[in-house]
Amino acid sequence: MSTAAAVILFAAITVYAVFGGADFGAGFWDLVAGGARRGQRPREVIDHSIAPVWEANHVWLIFVFVVLWTCFPQAYASITLTLFVPLTLAALGIVLRGASFAFRKAVIRTRDQRNFGAAFALGSVLVPYCLGAVVGSVASDRVPAGGVAGDPWSSWVNPTSVVCGVLALCTSAYLAACFLVSDAGRLSDDTMVAYFRRRAVAAAVAAGLVAFAGIFVLSNDATYLFDGLKSRGLVFVILSAALGLGALVLLARHARRGARLAAVGAVVSVVAAWGVAQWDYLLPTSLTVADAAAPTGTMGAVFVATGLAAVLIVPAFALLYVLDQKSLLPEEGMPEPTPIRSTHD
Amino acid sequence: MLTDAVASVASVASVANVALAVDPVPWARSQMAFTLAFHIILVPLGVSWSVMALIANYRGIKHRDADAMLLAQRWSKYMAVTFAVGAVTGTVLSFEFGLLWPKFMGQWGAAFGVPFAFEGIFFFTEAVFISIYIFGWRRLKPWTHFWTGIPIAVAGVFGSISVVAANAWMNAPEGVTLDSTGKVVDVDPIGVIFNSAMPLMAAHMVVAAYLVGGFLVASVYATGMLRGRRDRYHRVAFLIAFSVAAIATPVQMGVGDALARWVFIEQPGKFASIELVPETSTDVPEVLFGHLNPDYQVVGGIKIPGLASILSDPGTGTATSIQGLNTIPVADRPTTTEVNVTHLAWDIMVGLGTLLFLLTLWYWASWIFRRDMPRSKWFLRAAASAGVLSVITLEAGWTVSEVGRQPWIVYEKMKVVDAATANTGIWVTFVGVTILYLGLGVTTILVLRMMSRRFRRGDGAGDEEVPYGPSEEPSLSGEEGALLGDEPARPSEEPVG
Repeated sequence: MSTAAAVILFAAITVYAVFGGADFGAGFWDLVAGGARRGQRPREVIDHSIAPVWEANHVWLIFVFVVLWTCFPQAYASITLTLFVPLTLAALGIVLRGASFAFRKAVIRTRDQRNFGAAFALGSVLVPYCLGAVVGSVASDRVPAGGVAGDPWSSWVNPTSVVCGVLALCTSAYLAACFLVSDAGRLSDDTMVAYFRRRAVAAAVAAGLVAFAGIFVLSNDATYLFDGLKSRGLVFVILSAALGLGALVLLARHARRGARLAAVGAVVSVVAAWGVAQWDYLLPTSLTVADAAAPTGTMGAVFVATGLAAVLIVPAFALLYVLDQKSLLPEEGMPEPTPIRSTHD
Repeated sequence: MLTDAVASVASVASVANVALAVDPVPWARSQMAFTLAFHIILVPLGVSWSVMALIANYRGIKHRDADAMLLAQRWSKYMAVTFAVGAVTGTVLSFEFGLLWPKFMGQWGAAFGVPFAFEGIFFFTEAVFISIYIFGWRRLKPWTHFWTGIPIAVAGVFGSISVVAANAWMNAPEGVTLDSTGKVVDVDPIGVIFNSAMPLMAAHMVVAAYLVGGFLVASVYATGMLRGRRDRYHRVAFLIAFSVAAIATPVQMGVGDALARWVFIEQPGKFASIELVPETSTDVPEVLFGHLNPDYQVVGGIKIPGLASILSDPGTGTATSIQGLNTIPVADRPTTTEVNVTHLAWDIMVGLGTLLFLLTLWYWASWIFRRDMPRSKWFLRAAASAGVLSVITLEAGWTVSEVGRQPWIVYEKMKVVDAATANTGIWVTFVGVTILYLGLGVTTILVLRMMSRRFRRGDGAGDEEVPYGPSEEPSLSGEEGALLGDEPARPSEEPVG
């Protein structure tokens, strides 16, 4: 029973890593898009791409928290107790970026847009880094169970947390760039397709380098996780590397849909590798999934809720994304996506 | 004096240490109270504004009412902003449960969390369909688009019921089995969600959402009308919003009364604070304002003889005995400050609630006798202030519920002091969060005002050219809608809503 709950938890984390990640990554590209004039077109594409879906994407984080504190209350309490600082920063970052993004849409003066845009973009970098660092802390045995707080600083300012934070940032940026290539393609904007394709490659290279560096860091700093990655999680590690490379190849060959799928697969594999590697601990190496589990009644309720979510939410999400992909949810005031000339695929 | 530098560095360090060693409990409390107080203002808008927009949308399509259609479009754009702020401040709360109250979550998460598992579904639904509704104006067919708004309204109601169920469980912690060490060993999810406090508390909050949302939105248009914008557009907006509030307010009087009686029976300690009753007695006077001095004696205020007893149980009248604070063991007794805050908040909630009720009576009386809303400027002035007053009422009511439960976080099971984090740096986050939220609040209001000015100024013309600017073409009749803003008021047929 606790295993099933842990699977639900990791599934929710995975979905958040993909949808939330793509959303944060888009914010990262917004941040580095340059001045108001030069960055205008990329920012338009980014806005167009995430505006209808960003709020829904972030509900997954709440779902992750709810499953964590309901099914594994002790783990949630331990994580929040020790990792107070990065979680607080992440919360503030979420406020900053969510509110700013909505505000930016609502104001029309360039100066206002620029200020809100900056807050949105900074938040988009801060949050995935902090959440990645939190994952790194948990995975590297730095969050003790049983109501004792770990070190408030070294628990998240350490090699593994830094690697995980930066990796979260890179995969988000990579994922977002792959999605944006697709979205720019739908707008028939070849310049932007090329623009984001270059960035997808750059982010993929960065993610690869960080992951490579991570091998050395984890072997010293997070031995339980490293052993898990070498054994149980190895297949997922290989899979994620293969899919990551595959996505690049597909991008180069203008197979946008396939590239997007492969990119998603790469990120899913990374999260799966982490989950499998630290099994059967929730907090390596002090709290196992079984020991942290809430009573049966609670688990049953969460399964029912998850079942309902699968029946109600999945179709609703599908509807949202289909409408969005079919450009039935156009950005107000944005130029209509008029086909300039037909492109490949 | 060379050592001064060293000494000052050392003293700075020690000051920092002293400062960092501040007792976290009051700061954790303050931060939770502040962030919740902020979030709770956005809740009514999330729950009821969608309904008002749908009413306008329905009128717009069904009666080809261009004013109503324009209204629905603009409201949906404002909603996009308030919903986003509500979503992010709500997300912060899910961090804070653990960051501020790790021991509470560790011990009770298995029960407290259950309603949230279902709340998650409703929040998802709301987030998905609000996106479709906000962005679907131009490309979806009018009726299809209208129906995509319905799930927002439904999910808003059930979402707030779920959250209140969790809060109600803190007042009536049922459905849990504990072992001898106090650990939760079994949970009955039905018992947790449908705890005895939940039905009335949930009803009270949902009706409050319609009440506050209605008054808030209506107050904006009442202000506009007082400033001479007496066109049909303003009138339709006011009528929809105020009618929603005017339906909710009388209902709330009944729900609130029933809830107060539930508290009288089930939470006598909270009731003693509400009614300022130091010692168990019959023929208890209703004390308006007034307070307890440090010796738990009632000082000041206006006493209405016997009324508290009569209201608590009209069946037995003044003979109704009300349990006093003296029956609570000293260690579990709320402080006099907590009692006074609860009592004052109660007076404010009931007092303002009654005023709002009288205002709606005026409105309905005018409709019954004159077939029109009141013409008096004083009515508009009252309606213009009703928005802020209803928010104060909401905050006061929530204060009664929360402060009245003190010293417990889980009623008679866990105290707030035992639930809080031991993290001594909370005061820092409190300061940070306060600054951020004040900025957020001010910015939200400024952005909404900016949007409203732009809508008024632009009225559709030229907006299309501005990046991010809204387009004001209703899916039915664009030009008509754009022009109606300046039309003189003409009588509308029936009250809508």
